[in-house]
Amino acid sequence: MPDKKKITLVVNGDSYDKEIEQRTLLSDFLRHELALTGTHVGCEHGICGSCTVLMDGLPVRSCLTFALQAEGRVIETVESLAADGELDSLQNAFWENQGLQCGFCTPGILMSMKAFLKDNPQPSREEIRDALSGNLCRCTGYHDIVDSVVAAAAAAVAAK
Amino acid sequence: MKPAPFDYYRAKNIEHACQLLAEHGEDAKILAGGQSLIAAMNYRLARPSVLIDISNIENPNEVRDEDDGIRIKATTTQAFAEKNPDLRRRLPVLAAAIENIAHFQIRNKGTVGGSIVNADPASELPAMSLLLDAELEIKSTSQTRTIPAEELFITYMTTTLEPDEVLASILFKAPPADSGWGLHEVARRAGDFALVGSAAILALDEQGKCTYARVVLFGVAATPVRAPEVEETLVGAVCSEELIASAAASVTAIIDPESDVHVTEAYRARTAQVLTARALQDAWNMATGAA
Repeated sequence: MPDKKKITLVVNGDSYDKEIEQRTLLSDFLRHELALTGTHVGCEHGICGSCTVLMDGLPVRSCLTFALQAEGRVIETVESLAADGELDSLQNAFWENQGLQCGFCTPGILMSMKAFLKDNPQPSREEIRDALSGNLCRCTGYHDIVDSVVAAAAAAVAAK
Repeated sequence: MKPAPFDYYRAKNIEHACQLLAEHGEDAKILAGGQSLIAAMNYRLARPSVLIDISNIENPNEVRDEDDGIRIKATTTQAFAEKNPDLRRRLPVLAAAIENIAHFQIRNKGTVGGSIVNADPASELPAMSLLLDAELEIKSTSQTRTIPAEELFITYMTTTLEPDEVLASILFKAPPADSGWGLHEVARRAGDFALVGSAAILALDEQGKCTYARVVLFGVAATPVRAPEVEETLVGAVCSEELIASAAASVTAIIDPESDVHVTEAYRARTAQVLTARALQDAWNMATGAA
């Protein structure tokens, strides 16, 4: 077995120095090394989007990223959203609009939509549906998920 | 669903990646965005013993406006390229093609060069490299050479790159001024690989006679394919709907579609004609200013 290698990175505002097996996927690093199990692993080949996290602010598939590729990067996971036990506005919109059933796909959807709404703060329903196309939900018909994103965008505008 | 063990090396730049490749030999593989390679490794369809990561080199993202076209550093992410204003202005067909690649989460890591040398015949960028007469700058420790994209693709996922070579940059050439373009693809869901795709560029003179034509199809053979029969039918002739229909019908001569779990060979052959006609129609409309 090849030797372990060192990695230094920032996750949800905290710096970490770890020695890891070189083949460790970023998704497994977050879950197994940092116990951040909010990032879910669904298909593990980039299709389902459940494992989506932000890397330097951009949403990426953590299952299609080796942890060693995140050297020196800033990672944000779903655990970064809520503060002091309070859901953030996007999470709250999903809560209020029944934007989830089993919740397995939700962390990936939240991180994708976090970045999407930053780029496009007042999207149309059509644009939201397009932006959601990289995240699979097997419970719903996406209708309530789209409603949740619409509500989150409206809440962000109202808060300004 | 976990990759087999490997040794990981982080290259500082393309030259360093060439050195590492020369040191580690044929078992080493270049890791760029990893959006195809890591999936294949998770499935253990690929088991390289050494990975040389070029995704964290100095200044990985570079798009340069040059006289002949747009030069893109191979490590540039697709997301970075698609937002570049020079690229969008001079090569709108390329911007449209990149937007069709998977989803924005994938394009944030997937690279322009990685997609080309991965040589998936159903993917957009290999086809665009043929459509836009791309020149590929290829480096190894012993030399730098430039080849036209048409000399790159051999068959499925296989290129003429030597084991010690790395794609460094791609020059996508700007088509003639006032040309029009069209791009059509069919996929089961948004973001899926194309079942069939067709792209066209047309330029016309003042009499409506076609002076330049490029047609490239993807998802219909073991490599992306240019359609010279279609181009020759069009160049020198006055464009019309009838001409476009008959030109598009001749794609059957150059494609070699296969049946798979998604669709049949016959579906691909028929769809290739229809999409080529639509791409040509769009290009014609745009070139005549009717669009």
